[in-house]
Amino acid sequence: MKKSVFFSALTVAGLVAGSAMAQDGGSPTLALVKDHGALKCGVNTGTPGFAAPDANGVWKGFDVDFCRAVATAVFGDPEKVEYTPLSSAVRFTALASGEIDLLARNTTWTFTRDVDLKNTFIGVNYYDGQGFMVPKDLGVSSAKELSGATVCIETGTTTELNLADYFRVNGMDYEPVPVDSFTEAQTQFLAGACDVYTTDASALASSRSSFETPDAYVVLPEIISKEPLGPLVRHGDSAWGDIVRWTLNAMISAEELGVTSANAAELAKGTENPEINRLLGSEGELGGMLGLENDWALNVISQVGNYGEAFERNIGESTPIGLARGLNAQWTNGGLIYSPPFR
Amino acid sequence: MTTMTDPPKGDGFRLSQLLYDTRYRSMTIQVIALIAFMMFAAFLVRNTIINLENLGKDINFSFLGYSANYDINQRLIPYVSSDSNMRAAVVGLLNTLLVAFLGCILATVVGVIAGVLRLSKNWLTARIMTVYVETFRNIPVLLWILAFMAILSESLPVPRSFKGPNAESSMWLWDTVAVTNRGTYVPMPIWGAGSALVVITFLLSLVGIWAFGKFAKRKFEATGQILPTFWIKLAIFLVPTVLAYFVLGRPVTLTYPEFKGFNFTGGLHLRNSLLALWLALSLYTGSYIAEIVRSGILAVSSGQTEAAYALGLRPSRTMNLVILPQALRVIIPPLISQYLNLTKNSSLALAVGYMDLRSTLGGTTLNTTGRELEAMVLMMLIYLVVSLSISSSMNFYNKSVKLKER
Repeated sequence: MKKSVFFSALTVAGLVAGSAMAQDGGSPTLALVKDHGALKCGVNTGTPGFAAPDANGVWKGFDVDFCRAVATAVFGDPEKVEYTPLSSAVRFTALASGEIDLLARNTTWTFTRDVDLKNTFIGVNYYDGQGFMVPKDLGVSSAKELSGATVCIETGTTTELNLADYFRVNGMDYEPVPVDSFTEAQTQFLAGACDVYTTDASALASSRSSFETPDAYVVLPEIISKEPLGPLVRHGDSAWGDIVRWTLNAMISAEELGVTSANAAELAKGTENPEINRLLGSEGELGGMLGLENDWALNVISQVGNYGEAFERNIGESTPIGLARGLNAQWTNGGLIYSPPFR
Repeated sequence: MTTMTDPPKGDGFRLSQLLYDTRYRSMTIQVIALIAFMMFAAFLVRNTIINLENLGKDINFSFLGYSANYDINQRLIPYVSSDSNMRAAVVGLLNTLLVAFLGCILATVVGVIAGVLRLSKNWLTARIMTVYVETFRNIPVLLWILAFMAILSESLPVPRSFKGPNAESSMWLWDTVAVTNRGTYVPMPIWGAGSALVVITFLLSLVGIWAFGKFAKRKFEATGQILPTFWIKLAIFLVPTVLAYFVLGRPVTLTYPEFKGFNFTGGLHLRNSLLALWLALSLYTGSYIAEIVRSGILAVSSGQTEAAYALGLRPSRTMNLVILPQALRVIIPPLISQYLNLTKNSSLALAVGYMDLRSTLGGTTLNTTGRELEAMVLMMLIYLVVSLSISSSMNFYNKSVKLKER
């Protein structure tokens, strides 16, 4: 008797757990996130425009908006995010150990990070490249003139490796000044402890905008590397990877299809364009396939905005960062931003 | 009678004796404890390996052979970015050893002076040393390292300000030393052909000084005659080396720092990261050593001082001949652990961008290869070996100054 009660209880528990799994699209990470009640998102320790707390301590930025978008897809609420500021050295460890569910911290997609470190890059949300910034009065107009210069560089980043390669290939000497963080690099650069500061061009622009006299510094025209920056998740939970990947794709598709935070609710009532209908959930069951509500993308777009809106709000030309779309324009406008279809 | 001569029954050992016989019981307990400890250790290792497997990771040291692909600014051995991670780690280890070596020397000098002066009868000197000891000892060493770095990079002139005919800054010591916020540039010797002979001559003259010292002491003990050792030693120190230098046609020359392009070139570049780390570690550890020295001196009973004074010894000789040799016995053992602390604290180097073992193997290599566990285990082993070598050599010295009881 006792035994049979025990076994039947076990069976019921198994069935409940199984159906819960099925409801969540089989993603253990999604179940954990829902259970926790908030998305744990790893961000930069402070890069204005990408991820930085504002005067009120509220996190703002392009990467932060992506965290908010994923939280909206899961909970329908962009505020349900817990931000973990991570240095470049500890970010992958934090993700691998489960301290965070998603890393959106302008991280370059490379082979070893993807394959050897067991991460899944879910796409590219910013096509970047490494550049150099120098004080204007140094009188340097090209990176080729930097032989013998002292260069501030964040340790443990791909930029450190690109820098070594660039100077070696061009047969130039330099003196690296390794620094631990973005802010420390700025301090050293402004104090003149190094002639050159090198990192991703977007971060250089962000950094320059925060200087007291931005005009006294120039970013050199050379871009010495490809730095496709993207959000990433752990290996081993493809269903969670799908949710994050298609959240990004939804933002990108929305811009391409002309869906904005302003008109999303209106368009969700049904349009002539079946792809918009599938995206916003008025046609088909795409949300359910992900283990989410059917209006997940509608929530993302109406509460966080499409890709272009997030770009313009945080790092676009009207902001102090002042980055042009460039490679990050939609493919229809000559850029590289391109989403697979919602079908 | 027979019972008296019968040998004890059995072969003299029964299994139950392991538990009930006090001769064996302690050994039984120790063996059981050892087995339990080894099983616990095996469990930890196995658990780690299984968890790593679940994460899809293995333990693999092949990354040490891959190309490191990053540059290191301070290299004691030749290194380029295409060398292996292993070589980068060795470059880092040498940088760690360099700052630890320099730090131990300076910390000892500062600590001994501060410790002796803290006992000074001069009120002001003693109080100044108290302030030094208490401020350095009670603020975390990381903050001192950052503070020194901030002072060096914010307050010193940039190299560019040395440029041009009406430069804002000028070099020190007849234009031979440039102090900038990127480091201090000092003249560097260049070892030309024949310089090895000069160095050998110099080393031989050091041996000569030591031999002469022995000879003079023996002569003093045998005849009571005191030789003017200082002047003779000075002559042995200088004359052969200087003669060899000129006879061989001045093989050793100096290069002076000179402003070219972006930076000073030529001369020896002492980077601010090294200086900040060295000074902060030395002054911090020096404050502990000062207390150790003070306690060592106070441990020598005041009767020793009084007896020395009664014999007519001056205070400085009393300190050198009577107090310090006895105090050393108390000072050396805790001093060893201060040296170990300094060496281990040097792993804070990353904070100021000094490329030590922690910044190379445990920093960029770890980051680019993602081999956290391997790099950490390797680093811990290396620090362990370094610390054990320091403490065993210091223990050897300790044996030589220990009280030799007859």
